Amino acid sequence: DIKDVGHKYYLELELEDVLDKDSTVNCTAEVLYHLGNKNMAPDVQFTLEGELKGTEEADHVFYTRIKSLEKELVAENIPDSHGHVPPELEPLHLLAWVASGYLVWQNSTENTHLQLAQIKHVKQVKRSDKYLQFDYVVLLHEMVSQ
Amino acid sequence: DQVLHIVPETFQQVQHLQLLHSTLLLDLWKPLMPEDIMPGEDLHIMVPAPLVQEVKDSLDQNMISYRVLIPDVQELVDQSMPRERSSYKQVRKGYIYTQYHPMEEIYQWMTQIQNNYSEMVTQHFLGMTFENRPMYYLQISQPSNKPKKIIWMDCGIHAREWISPAFCQWFVKEILQNYKSDPKIRRFLQNLDLYVLPVLNIDGYVYSWKTDRLWRKNRSPYRNGTCYGVDLNRNFNSSWGSVGVSFDCSSDVFCGSEPESEPETRAVAQFIRKKKSDIACFLTIHSYGQLILSPYGSTTKPPSNNEELIQVGKKAAAALTGKYGTSYKVGPPSLILYNNSGSSRDWAHMIGIPLSYTFELRDNGTYGFLLPADQIQPTCEETM
Repeated sequence: DIKDVGHKYYLELELEDVLDKDSTVNCTAEVLYHLGNKNMAPDVQFTLEGELKGTEEADHVFYTRIKSLEKELVAENIPDSHGHVPPELEPLHLLAWVASGYLVWQNSTENTHLQLAQIKHVKQVKRSDKYLQFDYVVLLHEMVSQ
Repeated sequence: DQVLHIVPETFQQVQHLQLLHSTLLLDLWKPLMPEDIMPGEDLHIMVPAPLVQEVKDSLDQNMISYRVLIPDVQELVDQSMPRERSSYKQVRKGYIYTQYHPMEEIYQWMTQIQNNYSEMVTQHFLGMTFENRPMYYLQISQPSNKPKKIIWMDCGIHAREWISPAFCQWFVKEILQNYKSDPKIRRFLQNLDLYVLPVLNIDGYVYSWKTDRLWRKNRSPYRNGTCYGVDLNRNFNSSWGSVGVSFDCSSDVFCGSEPESEPETRAVAQFIRKKKSDIACFLTIHSYGQLILSPYGSTTKPPSNNEELIQVGKKAAAALTGKYGTSYKVGPPSLILYNNSGSSRDWAHMIGIPLSYTFELRDNGTYGFLLPADQIQPTCEETM
């Protein structure tokens, strides 16, 4: 409890690679929830004890595949009602997860617990340059308010 | 195969199209009869893949403009067929427990189970839901003269937690299929009856199949029908309305207009009240979170038999972890989750049922409510 500032948490955690459960990296972090201003995202500082695995190869495969599509990609309800994600949409699912991490961080307080529930809709945006752009509508589940 | 959209402009074009149709035996989608092809009217015609180019060339040669309405008929057919879904007919012993089932199939399953195991199982009526669907529980009882204590288990109080009803069905199947061969099961059925309610919030469950997969509450209307649903697990008479609830009908934790305002809550509460002196254990199954929750959620003041509750809970968690390594936390929600009032677990304990638990099954948020069907088996096996 930091007087007039907020609540600071000191964390020791183990990060697990989503694509390879046996690959882990230790991490220490400090999270400061600000007093009063609930609209301010918590401050986060972290240190990794080791390196995160690179994803260049998987990124390249994904990039090439999307670039080769004739029409812009559109999909919805990922995972579907039965928890299923078609394998070719798994990279889009993972991208959404990462992006949702930012949303979760920006909307977290000491009294929230947010998770990505489902991608409602994803649409590839046509671009004339080399970048890929996707517009997502995601549903986040907040545990306390449900 | 493709479907082409053509609007013939002249009678000459109509004649040519009719000729194409009769010589190549093409499939007319609109109109139904070739005689009804008219200038200025929509024509939809299906062309088998090997003939597509020939037909398009012929149209071009005759200056007939067209548009491809459906570029791949087979793809559309495949998409509209539900994948991996078994048909509605129930083959004896053919029920697929590793899939999620809609309510109609669960009703049929209950009837089948009672038929297949009639010496042990009886189906009983509990009450009606708001939308007038019957609520049934299954009583699993070894025939005997002596009076037995009851273990109550309900699933599906929250519509979107599909793994919960899946577990109730799995549980019933496991007990009945292994009763003859497993002495452990026989032993505890000597002294205990099992009462299993596979889906408590039937209206909500149906709604989550048909309309909104992430629906949680029941389907009773409030505010003149502008707002739907009460969180049934906030609607019981245990410190009702005090904490962790909303009085706004649009909230997912709306606790209703008063304790037991909902027919589903009343149906369960009336029954449990009647039988309470015989009920040794009350279990209510939810997802997700991997938790075994003991009373209370509305206060941090521990229940009178807290030590016993925690000890039994920890034993359960250890047994669970032993199967596939899935880790569960044990304790009251006020300590390990969040405060809430009006829960069925708290209420059951308050009226005198000594062991009362909420199970929050897999997972921890990776898939959350949308737990893949291929996790039904391991989740259920470890929870057994």
